[in-house]
Amino acid sequence: MKILVCITHVPDTTSKINFKDNNTKFDPTGVQFIIGPYDDYALARAIEIKEATPGTTVTVLNVGLADTEPTIRKALAIGADDAIRVNADPADSFFVATQIAEHAKTANYDLILMGRESIDYNSGVVHSIVGEMLGIPSVSPVMKLDIEGTKAKLAREIEGGKESLEVNLPFVAGCQEPIAEWKIPNMRGIMSARTKPLKVVEAKAVDSGYKIQKFELPPPKGAVKMIPADNVAQLVTLLKTEAKVL
Amino acid sequence: MAILVFVESAEGKIKATSIEAVAYAYQLGDAVTAIALGDVEKSELEGLGKYGAKKVLHAADAKLNQPVIQAYTNVLIKAMEDEAADILVLANSSLGTPVAAKVAVKTGASLASNVVSLPDKSAGFAVKKSIYTGKAFAWVELTNPKKVIAIRKNAVDIKEVSGNAAVTPYTVQLSDSDFAVKTLSTEKATGEILLPEANIVVSGGRGMKGPEHWSILEDLAKALNAATGCSKPVSDMGWRPHHEHVGQTGVKVAPQLYIAVGISGAIQHLAGVNSSKCIVVINKDPEAPFFKAADYGIVGDAFEIIPKLTEAIKAVK
Ligand SMILES: Cc1cc2nc3c(=O)[nH]c(=O)nc-3n(C[C@H](O)[C@H](O)[C@H](O)COP(=O)(O)OP(=O)(O)OC[C@H]3O[C@@H](n4cnc5c(N)ncnc54)[C@H](O)[C@@H]3O)c2cc1C
Ligand SMILES: Nc1ncnc2c1ncn2[C@@H]1O[C@H](COP(=O)(O)O)[C@@H](O)[C@H]1O
Repeated sequence: MKILVCITHVPDTTSKINFKDNNTKFDPTGVQFIIGPYDDYALARAIEIKEATPGTTVTVLNVGLADTEPTIRKALAIGADDAIRVNADPADSFFVATQIAEHAKTANYDLILMGRESIDYNSGVVHSIVGEMLGIPSVSPVMKLDIEGTKAKLAREIEGGKESLEVNLPFVAGCQEPIAEWKIPNMRGIMSARTKPLKVVEAKAVDSGYKIQKFELPPPKGAVKMIPADNVAQLVTLLKTEAKVL
Repeated sequence: MAILVFVESAEGKIKATSIEAVAYAYQLGDAVTAIALGDVEKSELEGLGKYGAKKVLHAADAKLNQPVIQAYTNVLIKAMEDEAADILVLANSSLGTPVAAKVAVKTGASLASNVVSLPDKSAGFAVKKSIYTGKAFAWVELTNPKKVIAIRKNAVDIKEVSGNAAVTPYTVQLSDSDFAVKTLSTEKATGEILLPEANIVVSGGRGMKGPEHWSILEDLAKALNAATGCSKPVSDMGWRPHHEHVGQTGVKVAPQLYIAVGISGAIQHLAGVNSSKCIVVINKDPEAPFFKAADYGIVGDAFEIIPKLTEAIKAVK
């Protein structure tokens, strides 16, 4: 089986977000980058399938500039076999999806796994766009994925519950927990990742009709009003008359 | 400017988030047609007039009673064409977001999801989108003539207008390939207020000590007409179902009021709640980081405070 896992290179979940150049660029100063947490679930499930199914290969793909390579190497250390970096600033979902589809359309993957959403742009759409571009089904957010021959059984989370689905390979899935447990690279993985193939390809030009004009931070939060534990009635009054949310 | 709004329904009723999508479309430009798929009550469809829909297309084919993404996508593409709609508005959801993406690919539309406000048309057509899990926003210009906009809860204030919408049956052609993803079964909470749609959310963390103590939070939620949520460890330990877990890796909520009980306020939890209008934190530790993100706080034992709070709420209702 051939599996493609698409990973993002994103600020650690504890990062403070700042912008520079008059709020037009992300400021990476002091930020630690990680594999997107949802992408990490996708990767972990891919590695589990590889371990259970002899002859399976896992390729990771990232659309990003050279600074994403340590993140890609981490995915190789976790157990992917090889990697592709499409050399471009991942400006928007449509652009990214086009690059992924462009690569996948000739590579004949049985399974394309992604995260349910990136934690920088939070669009939750790249998997759907890639599926539509390739003319194959896409399902997200997938919390359970079992391959049974040429078919897969999936559980998808919906508001207030879940759906059990069945779909033929190939398809695209956007993954989330508890599909698998995050994997931590071991020493052997880290050593072997250094020599695994990482191919850099140039991006295809796309006009996606989407242009980020500027970024904005939320207004700072006012001070918290503390209420004594023996006066919950005061809280109810404030919620009614001051916050006007009751 | 003709606008089509996809309205989602559950158990015959239009979802609150879709009513907001109609209100959004009306405030964006006035020629609003809504489309509903599957089994929906007629009075519900007519009632969309109150939020600005002039016309409602109803594709009542029984095959559409199950929300199948590919089938819904193709119906919407056809409806956009028939209505000469250049904008599609819908609610960000497990159904709406994938449908939005697929429609955009097929129609060559500019796509924006997670949109939090009406567009700024002073320079092009720009929408504000939530990014970095609620820690920032981006203003994005949508430059293609067609646009698909998936809005997040609380993107607009709902203003009521007068009149009923005219409901027209809408026939659709469905093909087998629309059902390539087969739904085997659906498990869904019924009769509960769903977390992503709730105006008030009561959430519990590890400080609740165990699933057997959730009844006091449920009583509070009931008194407030609220949904219940939880922190990640709580769902990891199986105290509560996974779909109730709020935060970076769970559901992102944007209610009017979020009440956090026995939750420390880790940055990953805050990421899922920071768009709430008002946050109340109840925690026995005065140093709990959640107080810094709160509007109101009470330091104390949840097991003493929550029952009292429930009584106080009942007293004013
Ligand atoms: C990549 C990543 C993603 C994550 N995603 C999420 C996410 O989506 N959502 C999420 O919630 N977490 C997430 N986490 C976990 C997060 O970091 C915290 O570990 C978690 O939120 C803590 O849950 P808690 O507040 O319930 O528990 P704790 O941190 O243990 O806090 C319990 C709190 O209860 C209080 N308490 C105890 N007893 C009482 C009492 N009797 N009355 C009142 N208060 C009491 C304590 O003072 C304490 O503040 C993520 C972590 C990582 C690394
Ligand atoms: N720059 C990128 N490179 C590779 N994969 C990506 C990239 N951006 C997004 N993806 C994949 O698409 C998923 C959904 O992203 P998004 O639609 O941005 O929320 C992510 O979880 C990744 O798996």
